[in-house]
Amino acid sequence: MGKTMLDVSHVGMKFNLSKEKIDNIKEYIIKLLKRQLHYNEFWALKDITFKVEQGDRVGILGLNGAGKSTLLKIISGVFKPTEGKITVNGKIVPLLELGAGFEKQYTGGENIYLYGTVLGYTREFLKEKYDEIVEFSGLGEFIDVPIKNYSSGMRARLGFSIATIVDPEILILDEVLSVGDRRFKKKSLNKIKSMMASDVTVLFVSHNTNQIRDICNKAILLQNGKLIANGEVNEVCDYYEKLIDEEYDLAELPKTARKRIKRNKRKEQRLQEQQEIQKKLEKLEQFEKEQAEHQTENKSENKSENQAENQADSNTED
Amino acid sequence: MSNAYIKKFISYRHLTFELVKKGIKLKYRKSYLGILWSLIEPLLTMTVLTIVFTRLLGRSAKGLEIPFAVYILIGRLMFSFFSTGTKTAMRSIRSNSTIIKKVYAPKYLYPFSSALYTYVIFLISLIDLFVVSVCMGVKPSWYMLQAFIPLILIFFLTFGIGMILATIDVFFRDVEYIWDVLSMLIMYTSAIFYTIRRFDGWILYVFKFNPIYRLIEGFRDAFSGQPMHPYGMLYAGLFSLGVTLFGFFIFYKRQDDFILHI
Repeated sequence: MGKTMLDVSHVGMKFNLSKEKIDNIKEYIIKLLKRQLHYNEFWALKDITFKVEQGDRVGILGLNGAGKSTLLKIISGVFKPTEGKITVNGKIVPLLELGAGFEKQYTGGENIYLYGTVLGYTREFLKEKYDEIVEFSGLGEFIDVPIKNYSSGMRARLGFSIATIVDPEILILDEVLSVGDRRFKKKSLNKIKSMMASDVTVLFVSHNTNQIRDICNKAILLQNGKLIANGEVNEVCDYYEKLIDEEYDLAELPKTARKRIKRNKRKEQRLQEQQEIQKKLEKLEQFEKEQAEHQTENKSENKSENQAENQADSNTED
Repeated sequence: MSNAYIKKFISYRHLTFELVKKGIKLKYRKSYLGILWSLIEPLLTMTVLTIVFTRLLGRSAKGLEIPFAVYILIGRLMFSFFSTGTKTAMRSIRSNSTIIKKVYAPKYLYPFSSALYTYVIFLISLIDLFVVSVCMGVKPSWYMLQAFIPLILIFFLTFGIGMILATIDVFFRDVEYIWDVLSMLIMYTSAIFYTIRRFDGWILYVFKFNPIYRLIEGFRDAFSGQPMHPYGMLYAGLFSLGVTLFGFFIFYKRQDDFILHI
């Protein structure tokens, strides 16, 4: 295998879930004096360990609140983990919530330079690629209009075009394949696929297991901040689907439906039991038959013996 | 270790440049005269202050080695840089929160570039000072080169205080109001439109221990063709560097928590 691109070892992230945000001194002192400053500690991630090799395309699965976005933000450097260590070898391009880092008063063109340098590109490089970015975004003359007048789709298109102008070594996708209109969706999907062809390492978050099976070769599964599965994509996806189905049966349905399911289950069980009983009965019957046959055989033997005896008797009579 | 920091700083020079450009551009966006206002506005306030203090309040420039207009202009330019620089740096983490939440970049770049863009505007407005000095007949001398020392020191003082304020502002918004009041207090103890000759006793020490006043004093000395007060400048220099180091210290200590509070 290739070199390790990403090494996540024992990473944990703790948040203080204070019920209300304290951002002024008066409240802080009052809370301090009342000793209400104890925060509800909440571990969004706990003891996460995995490695990603070069060229791996890793799907990240998990329910809402499982810690997927937190994990991606830690990997892209926005969050610093409370404990553990992350080693990244290579240039990361994060496609998280596209276009959220734009300056609203700037025009699209100005934002190319601002957002591009935020992502770590040089200004010369951006100057060189400017036309290419504008062309891919399909914004045309709107590029000279302030971003505040853009639709959210236009903003996302520009964000995607800027972020993907280089071939990154590690690409982080957070459900961005649903960006823009249908035409741009296709275009961006093609772009991502062409990036993947060039041995790029991908981290991909999605709820859609079909999409993950389609794109990834490996997957990890998070549940309540813990890593509960890590391995080949189909195995993890199957496990995830099974897990969801089970949970669905038990918890998320209304009572009547749950009752119906239980009834159905009981019916099934009963049916199974009946079938088993039937099988047993059949077996028993067969057994009895066999025994019966055995007995008849015995009888016939007895008969011949009897006949022989009779003969003997008759002989003795003679 | 420090080498790695410098390398990182250099690798982010493009972002610093863009952030400085953004600050300047947005400040003058939608005004017809644009960046010319950085020249016009100090001239206008200088005129107003000079008229108010010489004609209305009857203060005179007697005993000053430089014209009163130049005296006021230097004080006003230096102080308004300090005041706006610390304020924009203070708000820089919050005003760039959308970027900070999405993409990693060293966080000190935000207060740094905020202080830097106000500094660039300040340097541009120094053109006024030269024009006014020439018009008022200030004699050029080699002592004017001394002006570079307070010019550099006031940047570090502003940046350092800006970092401290930015760190506090993330956790306690109150500091914005407190700093408004405090900077007014600092303004009156910086002797911008009067001389400290009228004071004595402990009040005099308030002025002398105000590093802003010391820097303004040094700048004025350079323009009045006399050497700077060596201890005063040494004090201001040590104070500025100390504040910058302390600013870095508390900023680095708390910067990982910023993201949870913005």
